[in-house]
Amino acid sequence: MIVAISIGAVNIPLGDVWGVVLHHLTGAGPAPADPALDQIVWNFRTPRVLLAALVGAGLAVSGTVLQTVVSNPLADPIVLGFSYGATLGAVLVITLGGGAALAGLGVSAAAFLGAMAAGALVFALGQRQGRLAPTRLVLAGVAIGYVFLSATSFVQLQATPTELRTVMFWMLGSVAGAEWDQLPTVTVVVLVTTALLTLFGRRLNVLLAGDESATALGVDVNRLRAVLLVLSALLTGTVIAVAGSIGFVGLMIPHLVRLTIGADHRRLLPLTALLGAVYLVLVDLLSRTLNRPNELPLGILTALLGAPFFLWLLRRNKGLD
Amino acid sequence: MKLTIDQLHVTLDRNPILREVTLEAAKGDIVGLVGPNGSGKSTLLRTVYRSLRPAQGIVRVGEDDVWRLSARAAARRTAAVLQDSGGNTTGLTVTEIVALGRSPHHSLLGRDGTEDERAVTDAVDRCGVRPFAHRDYASLSGGERQRVLLARALAQDPRLLVLDELTNHLDIRARFELLDLIRATGITTLAVLHDLDLAARLCDHLVVLHEGVVVAAGPVLEVLTPQILADVFGVRASTDRHADGVIRITYEAQPLADGARATEDTRPTETAGP
Repeated sequence: MIVAISIGAVNIPLGDVWGVVLHHLTGAGPAPADPALDQIVWNFRTPRVLLAALVGAGLAVSGTVLQTVVSNPLADPIVLGFSYGATLGAVLVITLGGGAALAGLGVSAAAFLGAMAAGALVFALGQRQGRLAPTRLVLAGVAIGYVFLSATSFVQLQATPTELRTVMFWMLGSVAGAEWDQLPTVTVVVLVTTALLTLFGRRLNVLLAGDESATALGVDVNRLRAVLLVLSALLTGTVIAVAGSIGFVGLMIPHLVRLTIGADHRRLLPLTALLGAVYLVLVDLLSRTLNRPNELPLGILTALLGAPFFLWLLRRNKGLD
Repeated sequence: MKLTIDQLHVTLDRNPILREVTLEAAKGDIVGLVGPNGSGKSTLLRTVYRSLRPAQGIVRVGEDDVWRLSARAAARRTAAVLQDSGGNTTGLTVTEIVALGRSPHHSLLGRDGTEDERAVTDAVDRCGVRPFAHRDYASLSGGERQRVLLARALAQDPRLLVLDELTNHLDIRARFELLDLIRATGITTLAVLHDLDLAARLCDHLVVLHEGVVVAAGPVLEVLTPQILADVFGVRASTDRHADGVIRITYEAQPLADGARATEDTRPTETAGP
């Protein structure tokens, strides 16, 4: 992380970075000599790296849980419609901006509400006779995703070129706008939901056995599915709201970890969180260094970097046939 | 534990699936549930492992109505091996799947202890899955998989076993081995079996379901009469105990002509208990 903080449009020696961070955390050591350096390290890069880590962890954890909840290896926040809901919320605020009733809301708040709206719809439409059915949930998610996508496209048509660029950047995801103010909420949500979901680890394992068997193993499948869906919608909504709709992490990091250490959720969830965090910090680092001093959106790099590695791992693994 | 099913009615999407089903399995008994496809066998099992709530009637395991117990408490008494049992378990090793059987013994905060370890090791050894305990479930043969699922059920430390077509798709030797395993556990068992020969070999008692109603129940020889075999299963056959003590069914060359099977009007009406 310190390394990620030190590298950027301007490279800063590791020692200086450490000095600044230490000074702010503990008050120890001399105050940084150069206010610009202090500004870059503490006000821009540190929150940015922390946010990247939190977002990566959140997306990866939520992807893992969703894949198990709907027993579908292709499930992720995008397939279940959460991301498209968030996008519509964000795009509405970006394009309608000042005049609209939504103006009171920031882009993040609107995105969060969008994700929650999508989550609620999937939840409502994924039921049959009071039971949440996996296939129904996925199909409802995909359908709702398309509806939100059409609405988003329609709104985009009315937008000015400048707004469109902002929209585009938001849709591909970025943590460039990270600020200290956002971090407490995001940290609490990511840590608390991840901890709770890990507590459900044993039951998530049981869910892998199939619904009927899980019932016979003493799990109230319907209630468990509802709780897990709500938690992962909350988690996804929070991280997408601050970082935009970043693809790939939620889909592939879970599989990466599963292929490496197996599917026991009690181990899987903490490790996916960790790998998701590391991965997004790295991707963010590349996004601001590959084309200095310009930045690339995260969404472009996440897949570009991750997919080849994933395909290699897939070829190596024989257990999936 | 004893299993008692009393006057059970089940409807699915407003269609009656089971009507007035009454049966009993004494402690340690193996009761086979037989009947043609669609007769309601699996549905009956679902009411026992608490997946489908009956419209009327009571299922008791021991002295308690399973539908008044919590899901977890019920699962500490009843374990099931079902047709969906493989699920989507890619990525779990055999040992991890067997360990799923311990989940009803834990609350959300529970951690594995020595008791869990002992139960899992014991189940792994009893079912002979030790040689592939660390393999991925997906890489196992059909017979190996069923043994793993039975081990999972035994790790649950149940008082009642519910088995749905445990031996489907298995070769004959694997079938016999599984049946011996179940016999050896001494646990009260309710098993749905398609293969009547196998049912006759394994079970102390049989219950015949036909169109959602119990049409016969009792010791194997008393239940699998030529009359029942013709009316319910649509075959001409006879059942005898051979000199080696095994009950065998001999099927005749031709099944009954269409229409000779029992219909609503001609079906036997008794709903005998065992």
